[in-house]
Amino acid sequence: MKMPTPDAAVLQRRAEIIAALRQIVPGEGVIVSETERRVYESDGLTAYRQLPMVVVLPSRVDQVAAVLSYCKEMGVKVVPRGAGTSLSGGALPLADGVLLGMAKFNRILEIDYDNRCVIAQPGVTNLALSQAVEQAGFYYAPDPSSQIACTIGGNVAENSGGVHCLKYGLTTNNILGIEIVTMDGEVIRLGGKHFDAEGYDLLGVMTGSEGLLGVVTEVTVRILPKPTAARAMLIGFAKTEDAGECVAAVIGAGIIPGGMEMMDRPAIHAAEAFVGVGYPLDVEALLIVELDGPPAEIDHLIGKVERIARDHHATAIRISRDDAERLAFWSGRKAAFPAVGRISPDYYCMDGTIPRGRLAQVLSRMRNLSETHGLGVANVFHAGDGNLHPLILYDANKPGEIERAEAFGSDILRLCVEVGGVLTGEHGVGVEKRDLMGTMFDETDLAHQQRLKCAFDPEGLLNPGKVFPQLHRCAELGRLHVHSGRLPFPDLPRF
Amino acid sequence: MTRFSPADLKELHDAVGEALAADEPLELVAGGSKRDLGRPMQTPRTLDLSRLSGIRSYEPSELVLTAAAATPLDEVQELLAESGQMLAFEPPEWRSLFGSPLSRPTLGGVLACNLSGPRRIKAGAARDHFLGFRAVSGRGEIFKSGGRVVKNVTGYDLSKLMAGSYGTLAALEEVSVKVLPKPEHVATVVLCGLDPAAAAQVMSRALALPHEVSAAAYLPAGSVPAAIVGIAALRLEGPAPSVAFRRERLISELSSEYESTVLEDQASAVLWRAVREVEPLAGLNERVLWRISVAPARGAEFGEAIAHSLDALWYLDWGGGLVWVAVAGAEDGGAAVIRDAIRGADGHGTGHATLIRGSAALRSGVAVFEPQTPSLAALAARVKDAFDPHHILNPGRMAERS
Ligand SMILES: Cc1cc2nc3c(=O)[nH]c(=O)nc-3n(C[C@H](O)[C@H](O)[C@H](O)COP(=O)(O)OP(=O)(O)OC[C@H]3O[C@@H](n4cnc5c(N)ncnc54)[C@H](O)[C@@H]3O)c2cc1C
Repeated sequence: MKMPTPDAAVLQRRAEIIAALRQIVPGEGVIVSETERRVYESDGLTAYRQLPMVVVLPSRVDQVAAVLSYCKEMGVKVVPRGAGTSLSGGALPLADGVLLGMAKFNRILEIDYDNRCVIAQPGVTNLALSQAVEQAGFYYAPDPSSQIACTIGGNVAENSGGVHCLKYGLTTNNILGIEIVTMDGEVIRLGGKHFDAEGYDLLGVMTGSEGLLGVVTEVTVRILPKPTAARAMLIGFAKTEDAGECVAAVIGAGIIPGGMEMMDRPAIHAAEAFVGVGYPLDVEALLIVELDGPPAEIDHLIGKVERIARDHHATAIRISRDDAERLAFWSGRKAAFPAVGRISPDYYCMDGTIPRGRLAQVLSRMRNLSETHGLGVANVFHAGDGNLHPLILYDANKPGEIERAEAFGSDILRLCVEVGGVLTGEHGVGVEKRDLMGTMFDETDLAHQQRLKCAFDPEGLLNPGKVFPQLHRCAELGRLHVHSGRLPFPDLPRF
Repeated sequence: MTRFSPADLKELHDAVGEALAADEPLELVAGGSKRDLGRPMQTPRTLDLSRLSGIRSYEPSELVLTAAAATPLDEVQELLAESGQMLAFEPPEWRSLFGSPLSRPTLGGVLACNLSGPRRIKAGAARDHFLGFRAVSGRGEIFKSGGRVVKNVTGYDLSKLMAGSYGTLAALEEVSVKVLPKPEHVATVVLCGLDPAAAAQVMSRALALPHEVSAAAYLPAGSVPAAIVGIAALRLEGPAPSVAFRRERLISELSSEYESTVLEDQASAVLWRAVREVEPLAGLNERVLWRISVAPARGAEFGEAIAHSLDALWYLDWGGGLVWVAVAGAEDGGAAVIRDAIRGADGHGTGHATLIRGSAALRSGVAVFEPQTPSLAALAARVKDAFDPHHILNPGRMAERS
């Protein structure tokens, strides 16, 4: 993975830059020693590591603004970071860059039940938002598996999802407003407590922009009343095709479950060995379908889903009788990553989306790829929305296995695009899928995206080296050759 | 004025390219239903997109539909209905609003204006259902973004940017949207005799209950011609046994003090169609019409305050978050009063007001869209320049100099 060449002039002025940053963020807010910087050298994509030049942990918006405008003036790159759980290397530091940690922005500023929203600083964890409003019967819907650790600022930057997003949406569908600081040091508010941002939807653009457009310093999220009840079903299938068709049939019948997850045989076995909740082991695919709402609705829909499952040759069906059992059904799925971590020294988590109808085909081709690359793979799958998470099993201590795992991963993502899907459903492009962007987008597509970046950050100082395979200068991107004065298209129909 | 009517992507590309070369800006028109929405423009050329029509792919179980951008909305909705599905954001048509009952709103049009109906509070806005597109930007270049799957974070989410850009950044050629199953059953609980304060309270309480209210509106007494007493309407959707259960709960939890009735299926549909199409303020064509988004709990108080300072009629949708106001007699159409009221006494209020209907003179005299802080306006202008550096697409429709 090639990162932008470190700027020797910046590295040479390191001491001067540190001194200036200390003027802005006094005391422990500027981290210089190598041991302390080590903590920040990678995010959840641990294959990539890089010590940052310096770490800054501001605690006030004016400090963020001052750090950014100073860095802009000095031509210093900045990498924002929340909790560092990104699985695509979005928070990977740069050798000549400031790592801007937002962890000190950890306060909930306002809970407004009348307007059903919470205003929080970006370093508040995802779970803490739900916990803050739990007593009053509310929750924040997007629930990434990393929710105890990941921050709402990181969620906005990655547009994170979770197992409930088919019914309740991703981050972008659940936030009303943000405050950002641009690389110029300008503080800009987008949206608020009301619906729909005014003018161009820059709130929508910021969400999922992977820390490349601005630093998020405040977030207003929508909260929802908790469903009255929820029950889960475990449905086993002898054939993956049947499981895939069952999912399509459930949706075709007009049912949008609160969650609909699928696991393949290796994932089922790993999870069952880890949590022991009685997953059937003699099946090729296991579905967890959760239905939420009033009990009358749940009973009605469970009956329907059960009939659909039987029509699709389900070999095992269990329905949770109480909440403890429902959570037990989920525990294996939620622990799928650590469970796979026990059966393999290392695993590499992928994140493509496919049209659901292509599932059986994709899984079978993935098995072939697994043989070609000589590495195992276990699949967990947000079946409702087609978001695949293949976990590639490898051993980093065996020479060449990391490279093979990466090659296998790239092949899987190319396969996703080939069948009409996309490179990433929720984890982001980061550095990981950066060089695969060309499989989905041509040069012109990417240039249109990069010009948007230029509108926010013309010098390209905020989180460079992520998302885009090539860095272009904004002046060069903006050039437009217009052949004025002649009519170039005489055949064009005109009236 | 020259009118271009491209039949395919290549011709669209050529038409924009030629306008760019001739330095003659284009007005983008598809169904023409919302032509008078926005600042008036004077463009030497018209780009008629209506031939870019037709559904290109639809697989109900994938919940995704792809169509040429100017496919008429009714055509899309009819096809979806055959499979028991819908556009969950309940796009408004606003045909009679602009006195063009024969115009045909298009899918690309409602997306480009980010228009959403009463279900906005539960299902999200048009932008939340806009998955991907192909377009020709003001640079005269064909580009695409997003995808045809419901979950995707690959690259910047340019669909959001196109939604609500009113054709000022790119001419959409093809769009993909998320679709959802139609509810099996619908019932609307109508509570009568509520003053604005009571309505605000009832809607806040209803939306805080786990009964999945999918729409909440309020018509104040006397303030709209149709309402003799103030009425609040709360819509429930879902499987029949679920709707029956929630309806009883909602009535028992909310309406002991108020008289209530329940509208089922067709009657409910008629009511929400009226709310969506601004029918409570219909026939007041001489009045200036505003669509205002504020924090939902403020809506009722806001409406009252406006009616206190101006000759104004109003009603609420989106649980109070959307205030429709029809103003008479104010020189600026009420802009100053309305926009001050959004910021509120403490100056911290958030929201925005859009001048939906007014004379061309008014629409060029006062800001049609909410004025922005200088730094936000400058950023928005740089975004416009990134996609349309020569300002050839709908120039001036949203902001004066871009
Ligand atoms: C075990 C595990 C399970 C996971 N499960 C899920 C899942 O179910 N669904 C899912 O979507 N993701 C999941 N993730 C991925 C990850 O948790 C999310 O992407 C999360 O949103 C990252 O948040 P963070 O605070 O850790 O951000 P970081 O990793 O610190 O940063 C992520 C990106 O956001 C930027 N950023 C962070 N904070 C800000 C800010 N304040 N302003 C601007 N940019 C900022 C960074 O520059 C970086 O590009 C999982 C990760 C792990 C390790």
